[in-house]
Amino acid sequence: MAVRKEREMKERFFSEAISRREALAGIVAVGTATALMLSHQPALAATDNGWQEALKKIVGDQTPVESGLTLQLPEIAENGNTVPFSISVDSPMTEDDYVKAVHVLSTGNPQPYIATFHFTPDSGKAAVSSRMRLAATQDVVSVAELSNGKFLIARKEVKVTIGGCGG
Amino acid sequence: MSTKPRVRVPSTAKVGEVIEIKTLISHVMETGQRKDQAGNTIPRNIINTFTATFNGKEVFKVDLQPGISANPYIAFYMRVPGPGELELTWLDDSGNKVTEKVPINVS
Repeated sequence: MAVRKEREMKERFFSEAISRREALAGIVAVGTATALMLSHQPALAATDNGWQEALKKIVGDQTPVESGLTLQLPEIAENGNTVPFSISVDSPMTEDDYVKAVHVLSTGNPQPYIATFHFTPDSGKAAVSSRMRLAATQDVVSVAELSNGKFLIARKEVKVTIGGCGG
Repeated sequence: MSTKPRVRVPSTAKVGEVIEIKTLISHVMETGQRKDQAGNTIPRNIINTFTATFNGKEVFKVDLQPGISANPYIAFYMRVPGPGELELTWLDDSGNKVTEKVPINVS
């Protein structure tokens, strides 16, 4: 059993090594032919998992502001199964002015929702860290809901080497 | 979800201080997207809610979705109003509930 597993791992290692080499060759090709690069771009944006509708459900007819919300993610995630992330919002976190919730959405996973974090003035600080699954290279969108009814938004691209979400 | 969750809080805190609470629990977080070898969909089973209350008052809550990794790690903050007990609860799709009580000591 253990021997089989080891063999599988070896095979996987070698097939990955080859694919990396191919990928490198690919990058060189793309560098010389910009046409290839352009044709590559829409493929990334083509996936629609309904995140825009999900975002609309959160913000309604409001336009979220692109400031005050920090979304920290690695630029390159080697393993899409566990991608660490941190979110923080500039807020005094008092009874009159605090962050009610922070929503995290994926633009390229089978399902758009990742998590919703609910804060209270007792939180003291509107910040949270966790780990997410990312199926492929994509943008992650984070939306903060403030106690005054306003919304903040931030998005960040993560390049994923090995996708998570099983399959 | 039988294993004990790991929770880390500062050994002592001052009144009014904002402290970080780090939590980790073992759970498969089955997405409901995967199929077994026979091609049948493996039913979804994730921790869907995490709640933190201090002396009975809710401080922080998370609605988790399948996009959260297996063995969920959650780190968050709390302003210490005084000495008391922090109660953390994890609830999964199959109805399993794990509760952990952590004393917060004030110096």
